[in-house]
Amino acid sequence: MGILRTFALGGIHPAENKLSSNAPIETLPVPKQAIVPLGQNLGAPSKPIVKKGDEVKVGQLIAEAGGFISTNIHSPVSGKVLKIDNAIDGSGYKRPCIIINTTEDEWADGIDTSKDIVSEITLESKEIIEKIKNAGIVGLGGATFPTYVKLMPPTGKIAEYLIINGVECEPYLTADHRMMLEMGQEIIIGIRILMKALNVKKAFIGIENNKPDAISHLNELLKGSDDIEVQPLKVQYPQGGEKQLIKASVNREVPSGKLPIEVGCVVQNVGTAFAVYEAVQKNKPLIERVVTVTGKAVKKPSNFMVRIGTQISELIDAAEGLPEDTGKIIGGGPMMGKAITSLEIPVVKGTSGILLMKKDESSRNVEGPCIRCSKCTYVCPMGLEPFLLSKAAKLGNYEMAENEAIMDCIECGSCQYGCPSAIPLLDYLRLGKLKVGQILRNRNNK
Amino acid sequence: MNKFFISGSPHIQGEESTKKIMYGVVIAMIPTMLFSIYFFGVDAIRVFLIAIVASLFFEWIIQKYLIKGALTINDGSALVTAILLALNLPSNLPTWMIIIGALVAIGMAKMSFGGLGKNVFNPALVARVFLLVSFPVEMTSWPKPSPITEGLADVVTGPTPLGIVKEGLGANKTMSELAPEIPSYTQGLMGDMGGSMGEVSAIALILGGVYMMWKKIITWHIPVSMLLTVAIFSGIFWGVDPEHYADPVFHMLTGGMLLGAIFMATDMVSSPMTKSGQLVYGFGIGLLTILIRMWGAYPEGVSFAILIMNAVVPLINRGFKPKRFGVNPGVALNK
Repeated sequence: MGILRTFALGGIHPAENKLSSNAPIETLPVPKQAIVPLGQNLGAPSKPIVKKGDEVKVGQLIAEAGGFISTNIHSPVSGKVLKIDNAIDGSGYKRPCIIINTTEDEWADGIDTSKDIVSEITLESKEIIEKIKNAGIVGLGGATFPTYVKLMPPTGKIAEYLIINGVECEPYLTADHRMMLEMGQEIIIGIRILMKALNVKKAFIGIENNKPDAISHLNELLKGSDDIEVQPLKVQYPQGGEKQLIKASVNREVPSGKLPIEVGCVVQNVGTAFAVYEAVQKNKPLIERVVTVTGKAVKKPSNFMVRIGTQISELIDAAEGLPEDTGKIIGGGPMMGKAITSLEIPVVKGTSGILLMKKDESSRNVEGPCIRCSKCTYVCPMGLEPFLLSKAAKLGNYEMAENEAIMDCIECGSCQYGCPSAIPLLDYLRLGKLKVGQILRNRNNK
Repeated sequence: MNKFFISGSPHIQGEESTKKIMYGVVIAMIPTMLFSIYFFGVDAIRVFLIAIVASLFFEWIIQKYLIKGALTINDGSALVTAILLALNLPSNLPTWMIIIGALVAIGMAKMSFGGLGKNVFNPALVARVFLLVSFPVEMTSWPKPSPITEGLADVVTGPTPLGIVKEGLGANKTMSELAPEIPSYTQGLMGDMGGSMGEVSAIALILGGVYMMWKKIITWHIPVSMLLTVAIFSGIFWGVDPEHYADPVFHMLTGGMLLGAIFMATDMVSSPMTKSGQLVYGFGIGLLTILIRMWGAYPEGVSFAILIMNAVVPLINRGFKPKRFGVNPGVALNK
């Protein structure tokens, strides 16, 4: 096979634990009640356009974009709006949500709910982008950046490559893997739609070689065409990071502080490509997604297609219940996911997985003194010095933190994962980034 | 209601731990320890035991009554320092001097800076140099190896090969005149020559180094750059005037060169944080060692060279940063 591509700097290889990789995607029943948070994307929260008592159908617009970097939200169920009220979401805080009681499963007009595959792309670039914008699509890898914004490069910047992220480098998660196996055709059409929207001639699908079945399946589907190329990548975390994936795929380095378009690349997740297919070809807005429910004590590690707004307790029940031994619940993967406070929180657009950690895996090791082993520096994929940045943040020396490029940190957690003294490096780095970010904004506003 | 742990990501932790690293170093030192016991007999065991017991005791008592922190003697770092100290001593050193060495290493060089991770200088080397300048006679009368298998014999002391060369060249002898007095390469590789307990057997030291690299405790950067520097500089002088300068292989195999390159200079706490910095650090140690060996007052310069470069580490850390992602990225498409 030769030497597989990967990114150059740093990286780690945690135990993969892809327990649910052989579990086909199961569609869960429509929830009795949907809790739809208004803040589901990176950027400004959406503004509700329904009110208490309104009847809504599946796919009907219920909240619209609250700014340039914001998205529309559609009703994931059909029923009556119970209230618009604060409820705890994945952040652990109470945030405004639209709560809808389900009655039937009636879809809004114009949505094609059949499974027939529509492969002909009739729309022009502008129309495609408009449709993606209206459908409320965000990056489904977890970052939830509004997709349409990425499809409109600033004037003067030209996209040369579309890079599709099928890396799924987070341990445990298998949603993207299953989608590539089961929805390969749709994903490929979605990629061609995105290529047309961006007017690029070449797309790469980066997939780590721990998913050989996905690589061969997509290669099979792509036989005879050379506009899209599957790139098997060496397993290395955090290869799913945008900058790392671009480096691995086309060997270009996004300059510090810049976006991928700077090197002519646009990165989209495979799940996003599927959502784009559904939005453009089937008129179906983003109202459901695939979520992995997994963990070492979980009886039936699974991949579910669920409606946005479904409470995670329902997903856990479908995976045969919350294990007695659960000590921590994580929304997302173990490296970058967020610890969840309650079982009542809803699935949102960015929920890629629910990971249930056993009690003995849940608490951190006791922190020891830094022995200056430099392992954090060796594994940092951005070439930073986490030991130095964390110390600067701890001591409140934000000037030093800024000079040492703390804002380049992608919060992948590799440093903390590899620290032999179990120092919570990323906690300090996040604090530092927050403070330096404030300082930078104040400076720019002057 | 269920109660769950909340913490920031990452939620998993790698297998590495400080303890594992420290005991990994201890394992890497076992071949060297065995060789020293083989060559120096019961006395070597005595030195190891005294050094270990004294170091752990000082670590415990200082941590408990002066620093008043959590107990640290289990983390393995005091054990590593103790064994390294023993490896730096002659096997016939009086017990009380070993205890003073342990106190200097643990108390002065490590704990007074704040304990593990805070010390600027390599504790075992501080102790070696302290003993060397305090007890120059005892610290320079090196027992000649006498393999245990050949039965117990009276301890015969003599100078190290480096001492022979230094003195000989100083007395206007040539290298070929000195040749019969200095050990062969095979003796150097095996360790059949005078010296401190840990510096005699090259094979055992290299074995430990390979083990540590395999376990990713150390990287090749410091040892290779240090040894390469020594080889090149001593090679130049030897090439020009082989009668008045020792050859590079002699420099490699004698004195604390390998012990220093593999176990002392690579000490995580007192060495630079980036690989480029480590190359510079290794170069500095190599250069200083050769300067001291060729023109200094002492026959051996590794310990001084490492301690001097220890002091430069903070500067090296400032000057040699890792290669950053996206800084000078080469060709950017959209200017």
